Amino acid sequence: MNAHALELKAVSKSFGNTAIIRGVDLAIAQGERHALIGPNGAGKSTLFNLISGRYPVSGGKILLNGDSITGLKPFEINRKGLSRSFQITNIFQRMSVFENLRCAVLWSLGYKYSFWHQLKELKDANRSAEEVMEAIGLKGRRDTPAGVLSYAEQRALEIGITIAGGAGVILLDEPTAGMSRTETADAVELIRKVSQGKTLIMVEHDMGVIFDLADRISVLVYGELIASDKPENIRGNQAVQEAYLGTEAH
Amino acid sequence: MAGVPSKLRYRPFNLGRWLTWGLTALVMVVLPQIFTQGYAITLMSQMGIMIVFALSYNMLLGQGGMLSFGHAVYSGLGAYVAVHILNLAGAGKIWMPLSLLPLVGGLGGAFFGVLFGYVTTKRAGTTFAMITLGIAVLVDTWATMSRAFFGGEQGVSTDRVIGKPFLGITYGPGVQVYYLIAVWCLVSMALMYAWSHTPLGRIANAVRDNPERAEFIGYDTQRVRWFTLIISAFFAGISGGLSTINFEIVTPDVVSLSASGGVLLATFIGGIGFFFGPILGAVVFSFFAVALSNYTNAWQFYLGLFFVLMVMYAPGGIASIIVMQLQLIARKRFWRIAPHYLAAGASGLVLLAALILTVEMTYQLSENSANGTVMNLFGVNFDCAKALPWAVAVGLWIVGGILFNLARQRVARVWGEIQTELLQARA
Ligand SMILES: Nc1ncnc2c1ncn2[C@@H]1O[C@H](COP(=O)(O)OP(=O)(O)OP(=O)(O)O)[C@@H](O)[C@H]1O
Ligand SMILES: [Mg+2]
Repeated sequence: MNAHALELKAVSKSFGNTAIIRGVDLAIAQGERHALIGPNGAGKSTLFNLISGRYPVSGGKILLNGDSITGLKPFEINRKGLSRSFQITNIFQRMSVFENLRCAVLWSLGYKYSFWHQLKELKDANRSAEEVMEAIGLKGRRDTPAGVLSYAEQRALEIGITIAGGAGVILLDEPTAGMSRTETADAVELIRKVSQGKTLIMVEHDMGVIFDLADRISVLVYGELIASDKPENIRGNQAVQEAYLGTEAH
Repeated sequence: MAGVPSKLRYRPFNLGRWLTWGLTALVMVVLPQIFTQGYAITLMSQMGIMIVFALSYNMLLGQGGMLSFGHAVYSGLGAYVAVHILNLAGAGKIWMPLSLLPLVGGLGGAFFGVLFGYVTTKRAGTTFAMITLGIAVLVDTWATMSRAFFGGEQGVSTDRVIGKPFLGITYGPGVQVYYLIAVWCLVSMALMYAWSHTPLGRIANAVRDNPERAEFIGYDTQRVRWFTLIISAFFAGISGGLSTINFEIVTPDVVSLSASGGVLLATFIGGIGFFFGPILGAVVFSFFAVALSNYTNAWQFYLGLFFVLMVMYAPGGIASIIVMQLQLIARKRFWRIAPHYLAAGASGLVLLAALILTVEMTYQLSENSANGTVMNLFGVNFDCAKALPWAVAVGLWIVGGILFNLARQRVARVWGEIQTELLQARA
């Protein structure tokens, strides 16, 4: 495919009179691992919410693999191959780990609203769910209700649900936030593994993680992209250092 | 919804699904052979109808998280569609075996599910509840205005004995109708159980728990709710069709708000967190509505009180109480708490006697005073205008209250001890 995996053209968003996203242009190539960084409140999550259809844009266009997804509903965008995770864990608390993942694969495997299939007969859905469960390291927690998992396990499940449907473009919003050092290392490995051959856009605060994973980095400050470049260039970028990296201890 | 057990899958405790269903079927077959009296058959027939209705309601409430105040709209309109079709068949205008009439009711219910559900399921939560209430009022009003379809206050009568007897079955005798209801009840139960294990059924759970996330895994939550409601309305319509056959009359009461309230009560009393909960609820509800109503005009008062107590003290319903005891049995702790249950039960009966005495005497004095003040309760004749019966009631309240409170504290203490033990055993 020649088109960009994801392309934002002059995307803006206001809540009331407050402009939160102010004319963002961004193009992400197929298969790229892209990090989105910026200080707290810069609008990173808001940008994800616009891309994934959670909020409507106030202006601009968003293209997924060359097709406009502007104004589409979250489920329509998801069906076109974009999946996202949430900064605040957003899983099916009362369902088991396995059920969470099985729900996440049903649509993409074509079972849609079927009421004529028995779940336990759906070999492909069950296999996919098991595979993802294995990949995110929650095999031992198969039948545990998601709500009683540890924080790190819930974060892993959050990623699992996001990637289970096999979307080609994946948005992860602070997947390692609140994790210990070893948990973060595990999560990075997991992300590397599951984003193999996919386009990944990730909001992250941990500079180690970013320089480890990302092919390119975009810096969002007060709703504007001030830079979008290779990690080594970002590191040397004067504006970025002033606006952002200078304040970060690393 | 808070207070609902987290495990929503009904596991028939290793007995195996076939055994469970087989036993259920066996009970349904054998019951009318044991209880052959007319009123027992009537009671069991109504239980069967109510089981289908309550299970269909729990597809919405328990599985889909949709609290509807107007579910009788679907069973009731299904019943009306069925009665008109039956009358056409009776007049020889169309061919329609009675055995299949419940399906007609189901299709009628589903039709209105498509129509009204499209509006109600646009929203979830409180808004959904409000819209269902609005639709229920609408249909209720429509029923009193449109004589052609609803037959005015007297409703539409019918005769279920149509066509030639098939293998000697005329559906004249009540027991034949019971068996027809039993078959439809069993099939509906099995289908609704199967539904809860389909993609749509599971996604309905997902939409109930976290509608937002469901949208991000490809599901249109409005569609999920709508389709769930249509299927639920289909089964509600089947129960409506069965009631048409059973009563041979359909009146506007079937779409009334109190009918919608009834199924909510029944389902909640049984327990919305387990598949079998509404079955128990339907049995209890029918017992109140059919059996108890023969003895007292205050049956709705008792039912209402029972409902309030359940909501307050056992929000998981009868099903969750049973499951908790089964867990104690499985962990060999039940016998330790059983004596305290017995004590609580016995003192509870004293309180119940006090309640019944008070309610019935009050009723006799206020509503039934034209028939004098002498009444009969538990086989004893007495005059409720005298002081003695009231003194007895007060005595029962005090003694029962003290004893019950003691027993309740014991139960709570032992229950707490057992839970800590089990927790320590696990750690
Ligand atoms: N729904 C909303 N309504 C009003 N204001 C909002 C809304 N969502 C976000 N905002 C505001 O938009 C700004 C950007 O928020 P956003 O969550 O996108 O920041 P962020 O870059 O993800 O920050 P963090 O690093 O803390 O996650 C904040 O000032 C926030 O208060
Ligand atoms: Mg954020």
